[in-house]
Amino acid sequence: MNEQKRLSVIKTPFLDALREIYPADRLLAGSVQALAYESDALTAFNARPQAVVLPETPDEVIETVRLCSREQIPFVARGSGTSLSGGSLPVAEGIVIALNRLNRIKRIDAETRVAVVEPGVINLDISRAAEPYGLYYAPDPSSQSICTIGGNLAFNSGGAHCLKYGMTSNHILGMTVVLADGEVVTLGSASLEGVGVGPDLVGLFVGSEGLFGIALEITVRLLPKPERYCTVMAAYDDLGTAGDAVAQVVASGLLPGAMEIMDRLAIKAAEAAVHAGYPPDAAAIVIVELEGETRQVDEEFKALQAVIQASGARHIHIAKDADERARIWKGRKSAFSAVGRLSPDYIVQDGVVPRGHLGHALTEINRLSREYGLEVANVFHAGDGNLHPLILFDGNQAGALERAEALAGEILRMCVALGGSITGEHGVGMEKKAYMTTMFNETDMDTMKAIRMQMDPGLIANRGKMFPGD
Amino acid sequence: MSLQPQTIADVQDIVRAGGHLLPRGGGSKPGLSTPTRGTTSIELRNLAGILEYEPGEYTFTAYAGTPVAEVATELARNGQYMPFDPLLAGHGATLGGTVAANTAGSGRYRYGGVRDFILGVRFVDGQGQLVRSGGKVVKNAAGFDLSKFMVGSLGRYGIMVEMSFKVFPRPAVYHTLMLRYGSLADALQATFRLSAAPFEPDAVDLEPQPDKSCQFLLRVGGLESTLPDRIDRLRTFFNDQSAAIDQAHILKGDEETALWIGINEFEWTPSQTDAVVKVPLSPRQVVDLDRAVPDSIRRYTCAGHVAWLAVSKVELLADTLTRLNLTGLRLTGEPGDVILGSRLGLSMAQRVKQALDPAAVFGEA
Repeated sequence: MNEQKRLSVIKTPFLDALREIYPADRLLAGSVQALAYESDALTAFNARPQAVVLPETPDEVIETVRLCSREQIPFVARGSGTSLSGGSLPVAEGIVIALNRLNRIKRIDAETRVAVVEPGVINLDISRAAEPYGLYYAPDPSSQSICTIGGNLAFNSGGAHCLKYGMTSNHILGMTVVLADGEVVTLGSASLEGVGVGPDLVGLFVGSEGLFGIALEITVRLLPKPERYCTVMAAYDDLGTAGDAVAQVVASGLLPGAMEIMDRLAIKAAEAAVHAGYPPDAAAIVIVELEGETRQVDEEFKALQAVIQASGARHIHIAKDADERARIWKGRKSAFSAVGRLSPDYIVQDGVVPRGHLGHALTEINRLSREYGLEVANVFHAGDGNLHPLILFDGNQAGALERAEALAGEILRMCVALGGSITGEHGVGMEKKAYMTTMFNETDMDTMKAIRMQMDPGLIANRGKMFPGD
Repeated sequence: MSLQPQTIADVQDIVRAGGHLLPRGGGSKPGLSTPTRGTTSIELRNLAGILEYEPGEYTFTAYAGTPVAEVATELARNGQYMPFDPLLAGHGATLGGTVAANTAGSGRYRYGGVRDFILGVRFVDGQGQLVRSGGKVVKNAAGFDLSKFMVGSLGRYGIMVEMSFKVFPRPAVYHTLMLRYGSLADALQATFRLSAAPFEPDAVDLEPQPDKSCQFLLRVGGLESTLPDRIDRLRTFFNDQSAAIDQAHILKGDEETALWIGINEFEWTPSQTDAVVKVPLSPRQVVDLDRAVPDSIRRYTCAGHVAWLAVSKVELLADTLTRLNLTGLRLTGEPGDVILGSRLGLSMAQRVKQALDPAAVFGEA
């Protein structure tokens, strides 16, 4: 009997209890379909869960969590599995609760600018549903066409517009959650103030990486679609000048919706993949986007043009229409996968440095790249100092992964030393838990552990993430 | 009794000595900071001052006892501001008190409230330990976000000693468009229409009047050269679409500035008021609440997402809020029960309380 066959007929009291909740087609144990859940977008890690369940209602999720709590079986909630930090990696002896079928947009109240959605709703689908009302959901991680709002919430995802609009946490007003011990609590409200009175439990839950429990229903805030976008792409002969240009834009008192930088390798990759119209011989490009009321944006654009022209750009291109804007962004958002085509394997980091240290950080990354003999492509959210060095390696070469990880570790330590963070938007997950102690001391860590113990005394919710040695 | 720590270590020593402690900043919200019998007031006014401010980073870090007015002055020198629009700056409100009470003004409409601009915090927990959460950069996803948790925490989970915030460039000039509607419901309809329009006002306030009409205030900030056109467009938008009963009136300059300062300093509340109460709510609940509290002076900020009530009978309001499934925070008046009405998520808050302050040095959750 092959292993899969053997697993599918396994009978344990726990699996029998799961079969009470789920029909056979929504409980994957040992089947080929379950293989797809063994890892997420961080493919360096994988683990085979004892079962995957596909709930269709919040009640099924609650029942499942209560069962897991009773039996002390670890569970990992999962959306589309796009986590770059291994956030939805299964636990071998546990189960995966795949929330993709909880994908109803329950309510859009355009007049008060809120939407109520289930956790399995795709990020971009919220904006699509809000579009007829002139509204959109602002956080835009590059994976927004497939990632789910539940995963965004758990890991406090970011995107290209965080300086002006904040992260996922700034757009979640309320939620109903099932905590790891099965208690169901409702937090926040449909007010723009969210919790508003008393400690901000919504803010605490968002970004807790699935360690507290599972969000079942989520109230998000919507924003009016900007009337005008003005997207400028400027090309530079070296990365340092590009970094300085961003600093000059900020110093001029403008508040762009997004400021992005891509280096030579990233430009080459994106150009080959999606023909974004980037100048292929530039050492770096800067993308700056202003957005808002037409009259205001047009006036701000004059100021922006003056700054960019004085910044040493050798080529400036202004998106003429929505199509051109979309193409510029497509190149940026596909950069990770495009770089992936240049190399058999890569890892991507997302450390943050204060914007004023961007130039120093990039010089240091270049030095490390040479020292380790590994190519590094840089794509980053310059507006908020969020780096995305993509470290290229060939996993078939002995020791290459370890070398890449060591290089990544040096970059993260540098970010912390410069006063930044080990993660801007991907979360700690599996990948960066060893670096938490570079950022937080023992008391800080013990405090977080104490809170986790209160939420999940059995440590069954997304065990193994965020805390080193766990 | 009151103690005045000079350093963070002093705060830790005080907490380690135990007792019942209540932090106090500028005392601008006496309902929240006046100690009751048996409680020791921890005055943080000496733990004040800006520690780091790099205008190019759009961030600053300061001690919790720093007056918000002092921060605002320093930011203004660099053309920046706190977009969450801290309340009661003129009454000595501090950063710590503003975070603990979660008091953002009308200007929070545009970019968000206190929770949207706090980046990190250091606080002393119930065992006297100094804990850090969050960071000093504008983007950070590492660890549980206790800095957000502290927003609205009322000093009951720890004494904040230092915090970091994001700031923005301040609009060069503001104009305010004033309209009057026949009723609050009509004014709300105007905000609903505004929701789907691409205008970006900084503040949208509704002021019900004794004659049942409702004043509607739209504050718009931006470049001086663009404001007349933008205000004109807004005026046309409302002329075309809504049932305003008066001609629109436009305020500019000092008069405009003074209007909004007065609002943030609670000058609209009558002097015989028992208490000023903040009630976050959906604009869908505004009419019901308004009908239930006819004797209070009401103000709805943030396009009806936050109600501010100046009431004379707090007990009645508590019952009303419970009935409407709303929660209120009483900022002024005698100390005592300051959270009124329903309490969502209390059991989860109690879990955090167990982790941060199991001996309840800082009171109950």
